[in-house]
Amino acid sequence: MATRPEVFVPARAIPAPHARRSPLSAFWYRWGVYYLFMAPFMTMFTVFIIAPVLVAIYLSFTYFNVLEAPRWIGWSNYKLLFLEDDVFITAIANTLTFAVITGPVGFFISFFFAWLINPLKAKTVLALCFYAPSIVGGIAMSVVWKIVFSGDRYGYLNNYLLNIGAIDEPYQFLSEQASIMPVIMFVSLWMGMGTGFLVFLAGLQTVNTDLYEAGKVDGISNPLQEVWYITLPSMKPQLLFGSVMAVVAGFSVFEVATALAGLPSPLYAGHTIVSHLYDYAFIRFEMGYAATVAVILFLWTFGLGRLLFRIFSSKNEY
Amino acid sequence: MAVLARPRSVPRVPVLFGRRIRIQWPSAQYFLLVPLAVFAVLPIVYVISTAFKPLEELLIFPPPFFVRRPTMDNFQDLLLATNALAVPFSRYLFNSVFVTLTTVLLQVLICSMCAYPLSKARGLPGANIVFAMIIAALMFAPQVTRIPQYLVVQKLGMIDTYWALIVPALAYSYGLFMMKQFMDNSVDMALIEAARIDGANEWTIFWRVVMPNVAPAWNTLLIFGFIQQWNDSFSPLVFTRSEAMKTVSVAMISLTNGPATVARLGAQSAAAFLMTAPTIIVFLLRQAKVIQTMAHSGIKA
Repeated sequence: MATRPEVFVPARAIPAPHARRSPLSAFWYRWGVYYLFMAPFMTMFTVFIIAPVLVAIYLSFTYFNVLEAPRWIGWSNYKLLFLEDDVFITAIANTLTFAVITGPVGFFISFFFAWLINPLKAKTVLALCFYAPSIVGGIAMSVVWKIVFSGDRYGYLNNYLLNIGAIDEPYQFLSEQASIMPVIMFVSLWMGMGTGFLVFLAGLQTVNTDLYEAGKVDGISNPLQEVWYITLPSMKPQLLFGSVMAVVAGFSVFEVATALAGLPSPLYAGHTIVSHLYDYAFIRFEMGYAATVAVILFLWTFGLGRLLFRIFSSKNEY
Repeated sequence: MAVLARPRSVPRVPVLFGRRIRIQWPSAQYFLLVPLAVFAVLPIVYVISTAFKPLEELLIFPPPFFVRRPTMDNFQDLLLATNALAVPFSRYLFNSVFVTLTTVLLQVLICSMCAYPLSKARGLPGANIVFAMIIAALMFAPQVTRIPQYLVVQKLGMIDTYWALIVPALAYSYGLFMMKQFMDNSVDMALIEAARIDGANEWTIFWRVVMPNVAPAWNTLLIFGFIQQWNDSFSPLVFTRSEAMKTVSVAMISLTNGPATVARLGAQSAAAFLMTAPTIIVFLLRQAKVIQTMAHSGIKA
């Protein structure tokens, strides 16, 4: 149809009968309806995301116990947090250990599995199997894991280790300091394939198959080269998304840790940054201090997010 | 193993009784993937199986993996056990179902409505800033905003009401992000212009033209929202006080806290079954749609 203009025509670009309008009303006449479409979400987004971030930053400089009005105390919370709060240092150490190990491992595993599964006939069934643990949620499944790692001889793992003679008496997996974090990591990895896996699986399907043919002509001989030179570069958007999700998940570990080890966990061995936040905010009601923890968490994840954008941003996009 | 090393593209064609038959050997990947897949689902199968075990089977050690004589006793026990938690289990169940369904439907509506102009109204002033903020919101842990959210919820007088569980969850940045990406890729501008020339107003275009075309996306949003909301224990723990407002996930925590004993395992598994079954069913019904959508969910940096 030759008459249709090539450029986008806004709803009411054709001058209305009353063409003489103030700039403001003309602006509203042209775009208003779209802002109305956006209004409900943007209201929620402003009230429950933007404002809370700003308020958290403000509260982190105050003493606030919900009952009295917040009192400005400058950097005190930050000083206390880093210089005197040993539990927070433990929480940081635990969270970092968790994030540094489960983040990359989970990211790699979910890509690897997605890559292996993608060409197979039984793709759908296998994808469901690998994704199922992240659907069911850590809380429900902690029933099984608590029995598996239970500290008496009826715990499955203990029973097995006793039977093969690896240990002489039951090991307290969920209360010994040395084993709490590894158990939490194991369970999290089991259920942690999460969104990344599905994004990768879908991303693999969008890779242009002509590229593989072209690669063969250009001398790519083994599957590893194919992944490195063709698949990975074509999947940058999905990889970025998956890595951002992995970072956020890694640093916000809380539910699984609490379900398995309790809050507070024995000797704080399963204490994470979010556990600390939850403890101060909703058990002790020291909101100012908890807000400081939140701000640290915010800066951390946000900074890493920017870094990931750097890594995966594609300057050489074809 | 020669069988494994054979390239998949050249299937062996053996001859049997003078006829050529095709045997497709499973690819090598299966030998790695099938055991891992079984390992991944094993705990879930075990919970489901345990939920139906009668007491005498729960007491056997080592416990049999599959139930031999399935019974509904554990569900009855669960209903009795939760009487000690002040409200019947059915109340938690109702709360979860009501809150999750309401939230998810509103999420789909609100996110799609916001995604439509962001994706299709080219040149809309402010659109880029809004989208940048939403990407930024994806990048930090959701717990960061919990304290001020609590204060907002309190100021709005919503503490200990269903509103407190529903309304904050509506700012679902991930949902908006996904809808926008999908609309970018799968709704043709020409389609919208054609509708516009035919005299459709913006709502009609959105509801009758755009939404049917992004059905996979909102199906996915439905699933993800459902899974997240159903499993969420943070909001009910923080935003509600009375037991009557808590959800299954919170009841689950009270049930599993404390020593893991065989005697309670039955009731716990029954609760776990009730908690996991809906999410798995919802996902199974919609899985194909999900994978179709996820292809669009990368971030272009």
